[in-house]
Amino acid sequence: MAFASLTDLAEYVAGQLSEDVYEWRIEHDQLIVEARRGAIVDILLKLRDDANTQFQQLVDVCGVDYPERPERFEVNYQLLSLKHNTRIRVKVTAEEDTPVPSVVSVYPSAGWYERETYDMYGVFFAGNPDLRRILTDYGFEGHPLRKDFPMTGYVELRYDDEQKRVVYEPVQLTQDYRNFDFLSPWEGMTRQLPGDEKSGEAGA
Amino acid sequence: MDAETQIQPYSMNFGPQHPAAHGVLRLVLELDGEVVTRADPHIGLLHRGTEKLIEYRTFLQAVPYFDRLDYVAPMNQEHAYALAVEKLLGITVPERGQYIRVLFSEITRILNHLLNITSYALDVGAITPALWGFEEREVLMEFYERVCGARLHAAYFRPGGVHQDMPAGLADDIWAFTERFPKFVDELADLLTENRIWKQRTVDIGVASKEDAMAWAFTGPMLRASGVPWDLRKAQPYDVYDRMDFDIPIGTTGDCYARYLVRMEEMRESNRIVRQALQEMPKSGPVSTTDHKVSPPKRGEMKRSMEALIHHFKLYTEGYHVPAGEYYGVVEAPKGEFGVFVVADGTNKPYRCRIRAPGFAHMQGMDFLARGHFLADTVAIIGAMDVVFGDIDR
Repeated sequence: MAFASLTDLAEYVAGQLSEDVYEWRIEHDQLIVEARRGAIVDILLKLRDDANTQFQQLVDVCGVDYPERPERFEVNYQLLSLKHNTRIRVKVTAEEDTPVPSVVSVYPSAGWYERETYDMYGVFFAGNPDLRRILTDYGFEGHPLRKDFPMTGYVELRYDDEQKRVVYEPVQLTQDYRNFDFLSPWEGMTRQLPGDEKSGEAGA
Repeated sequence: MDAETQIQPYSMNFGPQHPAAHGVLRLVLELDGEVVTRADPHIGLLHRGTEKLIEYRTFLQAVPYFDRLDYVAPMNQEHAYALAVEKLLGITVPERGQYIRVLFSEITRILNHLLNITSYALDVGAITPALWGFEEREVLMEFYERVCGARLHAAYFRPGGVHQDMPAGLADDIWAFTERFPKFVDELADLLTENRIWKQRTVDIGVASKEDAMAWAFTGPMLRASGVPWDLRKAQPYDVYDRMDFDIPIGTTGDCYARYLVRMEEMRESNRIVRQALQEMPKSGPVSTTDHKVSPPKRGEMKRSMEALIHHFKLYTEGYHVPAGEYYGVVEAPKGEFGVFVVADGTNKPYRCRIRAPGFAHMQGMDFLARGHFLADTVAIIGAMDVVFGDIDR
């Protein structure tokens, strides 16, 4: 390994890409780097080709939806260096109308991962040569993994014997999905009761 | 007279109802005569929205969904999830629990490779390996049944350890199995390894160079067959893999034949690990964390202790709260790197649970692997890829 610890690697990466990396942190022994969206191609190219990092594999690209944030989508790139046996997670944020540059030119494996992220979240990847839906049905509408998309979806399909084909219909549930609120202090079991956080301050 | 006529390139649907598609793969092939010029896999016909469903379930309720991804190797996937949640919770698994997990991870690997090799042979025309392999699989699935009550959908590895201890006598029976299993692998190798037809169908088919395999994010046997010595059990050991003595078989040619050879050797290595785990395993002790905020108390205790009853009730209604944070838990599943990226927000449900399936990346490589091969070779390539649509489509 080129670096003694993840912190050294993080400082090296942050030093090399100072203008494009906003922040880095180590969470549960994993390095997370928050980066500028527009520079993602350059960042991954450098991480791949720099002899000290050599992240040759883009293992995964996935989105996360945080509707309350100014830029609601977060795109995570999981990189793996087989040479140095390290992982790094590069994060960029995006909106529905702010495309993320595609990294297919750097890692061909990004193609389908970007398609999936587009399918699930509606994040556009500018420059992806084949940005079709991948997992959902042909002609599907909406982006199912967004937090405002209901778990049950909007349409269901069945075979219609009269029309001799599969038809789509609005979802009709005989029973509502039961979603219990476990977060109210009355019902919830947290290790720390509400108000407990004040006791530490008072004692200190 | 000029009898030669120019055949226009045409496209053809392979699947989704094709026995060699290993599930519901719709492969749109553009053919020039019988030569594939482009392969466009249409996946998602088995998409069940697992990631979305998990967001609405508690951390414990999410476990069975992992069995239903790659239904040939259920326990390895629970393993990745359990490791991720344990890391976020900051708990450790008792030693015996870790050994049981390693033991059953390797049994699962044998299960998976047995199904893959034999059905792959079936695809290219050999029936006997499938008949033999399924007999051995049945024995292994009996071990599954004895340890967790289910042959396929185990729900056995849970955050904190495993669900219950192994029943009496199981260890001896697994040991007896490992005594005779290498002989079975030899017999299987006798059928295939030097078989002329088998070699004609697999050697030099679907070659992926080292660079290709890296660039397309191939993992597991697909990567090792191309000559990259990479195995997460060695490189980033989890549970007690660091105490196990085993070798990593590497292919040199990167073709379908090398993938077959790698898997055959891996079965032997798994057999070795199973034996070591059985020998070194502590003979008694807890198999799951004793923190009853995470793992339920014993049934007998529940009948007597009020506190145990409360713990049980709370765990199976509300579940446990996982501190906010994110972690990418990863294991070497039989098909490659299986990762679970869990984002917790401090509640009892995952905020986001991303599943990184090895087959997804391999399927993406279908286009470049199949190009320039005959239509019949795509069957061999799909077989050697070890695709299971449960985990590709999620």
